[in-house]
Amino acid sequence: MARNAVGREIPERWHGKRLVPYADPYRLRPDAERATRRLTRVNPGERKVLPTLQEAIERAGLRDGMTIATHHHLRNGDDVLNHLVRVVENLGLRDVTIASSSIHPVHAEMVGAIRDGVVTRIECGVNGVIGELASRGELRCPITVRSHGGRARSIITGEVPVDLAVIAAPCCDEYGNLNGLEGPSAFGSMGYAFTDALHARTVVAVTDNLVPYPVVPVSIPQSLVDWVVPVQRLGDPSKIVSTTTRVTTDPVGLQIARYAAQVIEASGRLRDGFSMQTGSGGISLAVAENVRNLMRRQKIKGSFGCGGITGYFVDMLEEGLFQALLDVQCFDLRAVESIRKNRNHVEIGADTYANPFNAGAVVNRLDCVILGATEVDVDFNVNVNTESNGLLLHNTGGHSDTAAGAELAIIVAPSIRGRLPIVRDAVTTVTTPGETVDVVVTERGIAVNDRNPDLRAELLRRKAPVKDIRELQREITSVTGVPRPLQFEDEVIALIEYRDGSIIDTVRRVKA
Amino acid sequence: MADTRLRRSLLYVPGNMPSMLQNIPVFGSDAVIIDLEDAVPHTEKDAARRLVRRFLEGYRDRNKEILVRINALDTPWFQDDLREILPALPDGVRLPKADTAEVVERLDTALTEWEEELGVEIGRFRILPSIESALGVIHCIEIAEASTRLLGLAFGAEDYTASMEIERSKGGEELMNARARVVWAAKAAGVQAIDSIFADVTDMDGLRRETELVKALGYTGKSLVNPRQIEVVHEVFAPKPDEIAWALQVIEAIQRAREMGTGVISLKGKMVDAPVVKRAFRTLRTAHAQGLVDALPDEGILRG
Repeated sequence: MARNAVGREIPERWHGKRLVPYADPYRLRPDAERATRRLTRVNPGERKVLPTLQEAIERAGLRDGMTIATHHHLRNGDDVLNHLVRVVENLGLRDVTIASSSIHPVHAEMVGAIRDGVVTRIECGVNGVIGELASRGELRCPITVRSHGGRARSIITGEVPVDLAVIAAPCCDEYGNLNGLEGPSAFGSMGYAFTDALHARTVVAVTDNLVPYPVVPVSIPQSLVDWVVPVQRLGDPSKIVSTTTRVTTDPVGLQIARYAAQVIEASGRLRDGFSMQTGSGGISLAVAENVRNLMRRQKIKGSFGCGGITGYFVDMLEEGLFQALLDVQCFDLRAVESIRKNRNHVEIGADTYANPFNAGAVVNRLDCVILGATEVDVDFNVNVNTESNGLLLHNTGGHSDTAAGAELAIIVAPSIRGRLPIVRDAVTTVTTPGETVDVVVTERGIAVNDRNPDLRAELLRRKAPVKDIRELQREITSVTGVPRPLQFEDEVIALIEYRDGSIIDTVRRVKA
Repeated sequence: MADTRLRRSLLYVPGNMPSMLQNIPVFGSDAVIIDLEDAVPHTEKDAARRLVRRFLEGYRDRNKEILVRINALDTPWFQDDLREILPALPDGVRLPKADTAEVVERLDTALTEWEEELGVEIGRFRILPSIESALGVIHCIEIAEASTRLLGLAFGAEDYTASMEIERSKGGEELMNARARVVWAAKAAGVQAIDSIFADVTDMDGLRRETELVKALGYTGKSLVNPRQIEVVHEVFAPKPDEIAWALQVIEAIQRAREMGTGVISLKGKMVDAPVVKRAFRTLRTAHAQGLVDALPDEGILRG
């Protein structure tokens, strides 16, 4: 056991892997080359279309113990991963690792495959029941939770070698050119699949929309795609929208958004060239709405919006408030429509978006990011992975990537959730280290990290409700009381990997 | 001394909703009216009273004026309301169905008895009577003079239109005569005039129009049903830049006059006397609350 820089006990080894304890957000440097992919040759006249996914898997030579990956652009509407696991199961394969970009509640179907030893390791974060069952000790399946940038890094460095990547292609030709723009399952940006296409040993496109050669524009080109498998459906694109994409009407949320906009204004970053990322939650969108009004009023021409893109950011692009949208994932169908039509709405891969180990990711260019939290603590550490019951329920997404990259990382959260205080002495799980978080905004006031004294002074000058984070905590717990600490077993069921591959926290089995 | 306290926004909060009570410190209204009357079903009256008392006892750093709307004096609940709530020291009571001066006097007497019982200053608990019936509108002039505890007259359009057997419209034409009479009564008695709620919480433009209208009539505040309405109301009541500039000049002029040992001075050829100073002070108070001026003149300026 070693104690890392945020005070968490990290085992030396875990399921055969030597762990590096987290030390610092910026200093760990890579000492490696990009992982390679075996060369191949396809001669004139050879066909790539195969009738079934099973045949593609056989051609890929998938064996026991290998690693498969999908991407999560269809979010909770995705059929591909479930389909893939069913085929793997039918082939009698065992001990398979899943290294998808994310797992959603819809994938609960694979619980059986995990119980039966078909899937025995998950190299990505999980949303929903799989994490819950693992937390309760009811599923034996080590999970490594990664941020979007961290996942791209782990594939590019070869830490997670992907043997078979299955790419959901809403629009694909028989030679494997594909995009996410057209067809019944159009989900827009294919950003998370880019690294898979470049680095997986075998790349298979599955499509419910096989169109005549050539597909244009091309998101992932024929030269990277080994096989094409037509299927009945990829999933339900109406479920791309798995969270709120409407501005909140809750007065508490609106108050938080008003304060957050005040923080952005006071930071001095709201000027020509301003760049921003927000999530798709109602409060985040309310912040975006306030910022939009400020930009209009002050005639500010922003630079870019990035991350998961909503219709709301599309409106800001069309209004001329942003020059471009850099889109790794479309959060709603309005964003899908925009990326299809608007040249300034650009598809980017997860590597370009957020990988710390390249020649510079988009997140490094962010002025401001608005992020949520299930808990924050008095050191400004943030948890988005576990909830107050200790269960692993959420993936990291771009949380720690954007917090590290952006000049100003603002956490917005209601001070009380489910009768529990949001500010804790120590978060249950550290997703994002406090040294990359500037401000915590709740409806009861604004807490500024000591690392940012100028911003604090400016907010005080503007008579904003600035509070010391402990003062904020006291105010909240005077309403809620202090919750009893959670009880955990020693067994580590999941690692929370920081974006650079070091381990920032572990998730332990909850006591029954 | 004149009561110059800002009461632009008086936010109703149901007394039987813990989740909403706990947010009272959070929102930026000038006052809240914790409701034990219409918002609370008969079966929950006693539970709500206790909840509100507990909340008030724990709410030590009061950052706004706290009024409690009790049940009307002709109900079986009002005595219990006072018994439970007053020991937790609200700032005042909003009295529903204040149809006559006699009703206000009865409450005044009851409050005095409680102040003696609790050993607090006599007159501590203020009264905000609701003028919300044809009878109330007719009697509002005497009501406004019925007690020194009055901090204002509140017009209640919902019950008023019901008592008139008419519909309330967005334009509010049917309320003009009643609104005018209530504001006359308030101004004549030297208390504030608080307008009715605007029920449609999604219609911010409608709220803005109505608030602009009542501000023009002389109302200085409005009752609200949702925290989302606070911002619009404060924006409407915020003084314009030229009003602020004028007020600052008045204060400067009167300070000069005081130094010269006189109570009256002329500013750009117009006489500046006590009522003008009072108005200027109120303008600056509002501007300050809205963050439009950095500092407030000393309240002593009003006493001369």
